[in-house]
Amino acid sequence: MTHPAQHIDIDWAACQGHGLCAELLPDHITLDEWGYPLVEGTPVPARTAKRARRAAEDCPVLALKLAMR
Amino acid sequence: MTATFPDLYMSPRLLAPGGTPADLATHQQRYGPLAYGDPDGVLRAVAESGLTGRGGAAFAVYRKLVAVADAGRRTGRAPVVVANGAEGEPASHKDKTLLRLSPHLVLDGLQIAAQAVGADEAHLAVEDGASYLEAALARRSDPLRVNVVRVPKRFLSGQSSALAQYISGAAALPAHQDPPVRERGVRRAPTLVQNVETLAHVALVARYGADWFRTAGTPAQPGSALCTVHVPGREVRVVEAPFGMPLGRILPIEATTSAVLLGGYHGTWIPSPEAAQLPLDATTMGAGVLAALPTTHCGLTETARVLRYLALQSAGQCGPCLNGLPRMAAAFQSLAVPGPQGTTRTDIARWAGLVEGRGACHHPDGTTRLVRSALTTFASELDAHARGLCTATDRTPLLPVPQES
Ligand SMILES: Cc1cc2nc3c(=O)[nH]c(=O)nc-3n(C[C@H](O)[C@H](O)[C@H](O)COP(=O)(O)O)c2cc1C
Ligand code: SF4
Ligand code: SF4
Repeated sequence: MTHPAQHIDIDWAACQGHGLCAELLPDHITLDEWGYPLVEGTPVPARTAKRARRAAEDCPVLALKLAMR
Repeated sequence: MTATFPDLYMSPRLLAPGGTPADLATHQQRYGPLAYGDPDGVLRAVAESGLTGRGGAAFAVYRKLVAVADAGRRTGRAPVVVANGAEGEPASHKDKTLLRLSPHLVLDGLQIAAQAVGADEAHLAVEDGASYLEAALARRSDPLRVNVVRVPKRFLSGQSSALAQYISGAAALPAHQDPPVRERGVRRAPTLVQNVETLAHVALVARYGADWFRTAGTPAQPGSALCTVHVPGREVRVVEAPFGMPLGRILPIEATTSAVLLGGYHGTWIPSPEAAQLPLDATTMGAGVLAALPTTHCGLTETARVLRYLALQSAGQCGPCLNGLPRMAAAFQSLAVPGPQGTTRTDIARWAGLVEGRGACHHPDGTTRLVRSALTTFASELDAHARGLCTATDRTPLLPVPQES
């Protein structure tokens, strides 16, 4: 069993494809051909944690969630 | 009307014999009285039985019961139990048949499950109609009152978070599930959603125990399941079959059968020689729909019709599903028509990858499963279509798809 680590989850029913998250976290999030986020499945490293929190707070519809798993 | 011949495969456990609905007296005579043991005893019996959910995902029932009971204790909120009889899948009839023939078995299971998790609220979710359920409930003296909920007739209505939303007073649409419904469901209470057939099995495990339950099926997959069987030219049948039984014994797979659809519209197409040998398996049977495709029909055309329906049923809430499903359906429709295919096959494969796992519910994942299996199983038909040929001789639609409104 690995330690729970911070992961990026998208609330797909809320996400409007604004794409802001991809600008803030270019190493973790790219946009698909329709403008919706493609999230790297790996845990968020400690050095990115702060920016990830920012992205979660700045998502206009609060669709980007940080979850421990 | 759906015909039932359960006795062809095993002595029927769930469906009242003779296709006649069992009233409470008949039910009690057949199964004996329902004893409410201690909840721990029920949990132990369910754990030992190895019972898995019959709503499609084959999740261990014991694990869900324990998770809901724990969440109830942890949050101090009594859980809610929902018997899921929505059966949104148009090709599936087994839940409606079970509720019509053996309503009291489902209601017994609902009470047992409610007691096992410490619930103080119970719902039975069904599509419109089935007014006999209220009549059946009125005859019983249950510890917990059961509320019958009539959900909209849609493919998604029976998805667990959509049910929890609807019973909470919102639209019957799936919602982002974190924490999951079992921890936060109906009005934020821990919620046990269990398929009605699952509950009927629970009622029998509570009565006769795990060892009895395991006398059907295989050691790895004990028990039996209801299947809805579609064979061209015959009445649709609901049968009960033990896990491990070769599919070729559940439906006739002949030289004139080209493929079998296993697991319904979120399931997989399997070439018929392979299908005949496959055992009935909880992890591939979905909610138990089995359909034989004759060589006279075009599997690509059948799949295209189903995909169009699935795309229209998408709640359209989630970007990838909203964009991907209609594109896949339209592209598949173009493959169903003989002629040049351009990049269509690679487009479909790419969109399948883009929608998978990217929705509030598993609708895109199930749809992708169907698409991928069709591209593989009907590969030679695809090649024939690319050359402008179609081997099908009969264009009458086979798989049931509701009329578009
Ligand atoms: C799109 C979708 C539709 C579903 N429809 C039904 C349904 O009509 N009936 C049902 O029992 N489960 C349905 N399910 C599965 C439920 O979400 C849930 O897993 C199930 O009711 C749990 O019961 P079980 O563990 O006893 O199978 C559906 C799932 C999805 C993704
Ligand atoms: S910022 Fe929010 S709404 Fe925009 S794409 Fe990212 S998650 Fe979706
Ligand atoms: S994944 Fe599709 S069907 Fe499921 S909630 Fe989202 S839009 Fe609706």
